[in-house]
Amino acid sequence: MSDVAIVGIGIHPFGRHESSGMEQGAFAARAALADANVQWSDVQYAFGGSAAAGNADTMVSMLGLTGLPFINVANGCATGGSALISAYNAIKAGAADVVMAIGFDKHPRGAFDPDPAAFGLEKWYGDSGLMLTTQFFGMKIQRYMHQYGITTSTLAKVSVKNFENGSKNDNAWRRKTMSEDEVLNAPMLSNPLTQYMFCSPGEGGVALILARADLAKNYTSKPVYLKSAVLRSRPFGSFEVFNSWLSPDRGDSPSVAAAKGAFEMAGVSPGDISLAQVQDTESGAEVMHMSETGLCADGEQERMIQMGETSIGGRLPINTDGGCIANGEPIGASGLRQVYESVLQLQGRAGVRQVENATTAFTHVYGAPGISACTVLTT
Amino acid sequence: MSEQVLVAEGVFTWPSDEPQLIGSHFPESGVTVFPRAAACPKTASRVAEDVLLPRRGTLWSWTIQGFPPKNPPYVGTESAKDFKPYGVGYVLLGDQVIVESRLTLNDPADLQIGMEMEMVVLPFAIDAQGREVLTYAFAPVASADSDQNQSTNGEAS
Repeated sequence: MSDVAIVGIGIHPFGRHESSGMEQGAFAARAALADANVQWSDVQYAFGGSAAAGNADTMVSMLGLTGLPFINVANGCATGGSALISAYNAIKAGAADVVMAIGFDKHPRGAFDPDPAAFGLEKWYGDSGLMLTTQFFGMKIQRYMHQYGITTSTLAKVSVKNFENGSKNDNAWRRKTMSEDEVLNAPMLSNPLTQYMFCSPGEGGVALILARADLAKNYTSKPVYLKSAVLRSRPFGSFEVFNSWLSPDRGDSPSVAAAKGAFEMAGVSPGDISLAQVQDTESGAEVMHMSETGLCADGEQERMIQMGETSIGGRLPINTDGGCIANGEPIGASGLRQVYESVLQLQGRAGVRQVENATTAFTHVYGAPGISACTVLTT
Repeated sequence: MSEQVLVAEGVFTWPSDEPQLIGSHFPESGVTVFPRAAACPKTASRVAEDVLLPRRGTLWSWTIQGFPPKNPPYVGTESAKDFKPYGVGYVLLGDQVIVESRLTLNDPADLQIGMEMEMVVLPFAIDAQGREVLTYAFAPVASADSDQNQSTNGEAS
């Protein structure tokens, strides 16, 4: 089976825009094609999706009716990651040599307002005011802080770091730095999490061109190799969004299995990672996902974050483009944004936020109703 | 007094002086879930029996809902100006199951993981038809015991 390389990347700036989500996706697609120096007609397969901005495959009317197979992917917060895994597998299977993975979105302002029935829940769950993702994140980090001694100062420092990284990213939505006090004194949305600890639903698009590794040099002088891409759903006993009950017999998050699978498939250990992008739906999520993915032990985050180890220039820079906190959350695009940033860093093209000597990157997304997708990328 | 309506039938016993949540117990796996379900999420067994859950337990985790949820799915109709933050938590009932619930308290200073809680039924919102909607919630045991002396919010501190 052929190895897989990423040979072109494209992004539409995240934030709020006049254009439709689909147009933002097409913009990213054209940028990725240009980056790989290929034509749309050279792309043999495409996988893409959005949660709220329409069927990705209708984009062919903007890019050209070449007749290529284009499969829509819908997998919640792992939509982008799932498109990437599908593209990866298409190349591995020998179905195509050049494949596009694309994700884009455009959400209304304010918190998500999901339909209970779409998550297998009874109507009363939403009626009674329990159907909010923000509550889940508040309760998960509350419990984690109680168990492992994480402080609110550390939660705030995650946001401060991600806003700082976002201020160095022209494609980020939030580019203003913020102090720890400003984060802590912002309105409390879901205790212990304040407004500036949460990401907001937003807009944006990302496209990636993947190719057989042995052909990669035809497209770019600096291919980045996608060593693994692994998706997992939740095991029994995990703690997820929209659970009316939990088992006292506690189990792991799906992030644990997805990360373990991704490291094993890549033949890389967490200690080999130069930088990581982990799902920071809010600052507590970044803290917990660090340990769930094996990047540190439970409780170790307190010292790491207080010491600045996860900042650019630290031992293990995390969310170097500002993460969801600075970029917002266009669901279909977030997972691919993480890969976009990783490729940029591994190619040495990240400008003022460049991590020195970056050779190996890790990405992680997590979402409802308990899914996680992880990748390992190398130079 | 305005008309009252239950948020749903079959979620808890009502009317009752000592209401209880209704779950499903799967004898093959020993798993208990809430609310009732047809299949065990661990083994897929479809042999289930209804079970009335313990009324008392301990607070496993909590948060405060600090902004008005969107309607729908929320049934409440109060304006943003009239919205009062409400507590939400997970309560460990015996060693059977951890249930998610509204809490009667909404002050972080009154909430600690491990505190003893008891189930109550109370109105939490006015729906679009002007009716009071009743649901289950958990209150601190001390507050629930002295309910006659407290406001319905039971926010003793």
